[in-house]
Amino acid sequence: MAKIIVTTSGKGGVGKTTTSASFSTGLAQRGKKVAVIDFDVGLRNLDLIMGCERRVVFDFVNVIQGEANLKQALIRDKGNENLYILAASQTRDKDALSLEGVEKVLNDLADQGFDYIVCDSPAGIERGAHHAMYFADEALVVTNPEVSSVRDSDRVIGLLSSKTRRAERGEKLREHLVLTRYNPARVEKGEMLSVKDVQDILAIPLLGVIPESPSVLTSSNAGAPVIADPLSDAGQAYQDLVARFLGEERPMRFMTVEKKGLFNKLFGG
Amino acid sequence: MDLMSFFRAKKPATAQLARDRLMVAVAWQRDNDGRRNAGPSYLPQLREELLAVVRKYVQVADGAVQVNVQREDGLEVLEMNIALPEAKTGT
Repeated sequence: MAKIIVTTSGKGGVGKTTTSASFSTGLAQRGKKVAVIDFDVGLRNLDLIMGCERRVVFDFVNVIQGEANLKQALIRDKGNENLYILAASQTRDKDALSLEGVEKVLNDLADQGFDYIVCDSPAGIERGAHHAMYFADEALVVTNPEVSSVRDSDRVIGLLSSKTRRAERGEKLREHLVLTRYNPARVEKGEMLSVKDVQDILAIPLLGVIPESPSVLTSSNAGAPVIADPLSDAGQAYQDLVARFLGEERPMRFMTVEKKGLFNKLFGG
Repeated sequence: MDLMSFFRAKKPATAQLARDRLMVAVAWQRDNDGRRNAGPSYLPQLREELLAVVRKYVQVADGAVQVNVQREDGLEVLEMNIALPEAKTGT
């Protein structure tokens, strides 16, 4: 039985696509058969982050409208043979997706033996976001420790508990908090909301904390998910996150400031 | 704390401010969503503390203090009801 997971946030630019790319890659690295779908019709980006933009021939909308079949549109990841990407359409209008069409694609993927289907939601709470979350079994709520992001995440949590198929059937949709761009030094100085602050406000279980890291940008420059970089702190944090998602116990890392040397202590590094 | 920050003027911790503002914003949002419609998150604690204050002077039952937030036409009203025990007669 395929499990459908939506990556959502409300606010844009908080790390949804980065999270979808690393999360799906991490699941695939652990032997799961994974499809990751870009729901951002008109603003395709997942392909760039995954480094497969030159291999997009058919997209999600082509499949829904019967212009291509799934096999033609699914792009096999360059690093993982059990990971497939379904790109968003660049040109079509926003009405190109329908709930029935989305459901058919998800069912077909499930029939093809996919273990996990990751739906990368567009920003906002309009139709595209609704399509991405509607069939989800679980949700990764990506949040920055910043007021507008936290408030938008709260709105999205409200939608997850009312505007999804599971909510309509009275079934539980598991929500996970993914706190990204976390800067422990600024938290220590009282300049940034702490993990606990965000957890207190949103009141959903914490799946992982991803530190603010230069490697997120350099990885996206190169078109490789940051989880594929074993030296990156953000990559390691995503590895932990995926392990936790699959039921492993992993302590939270990168949540405190690294100890400074004497020189830095005196002169402020 | 490093040596340089000792000489800098102390800035207020804005994270606490963010937290407090969010608590209010989110409570308001949830009420409007019709979700977790229990009023602002501070209500239970406010009720407990009021009950403790009232009990300094009058012995009342646990449910004697009621606190609600009402919203009408953009106006928010904090409504409190404190039920005193029936007055003793003829002492």
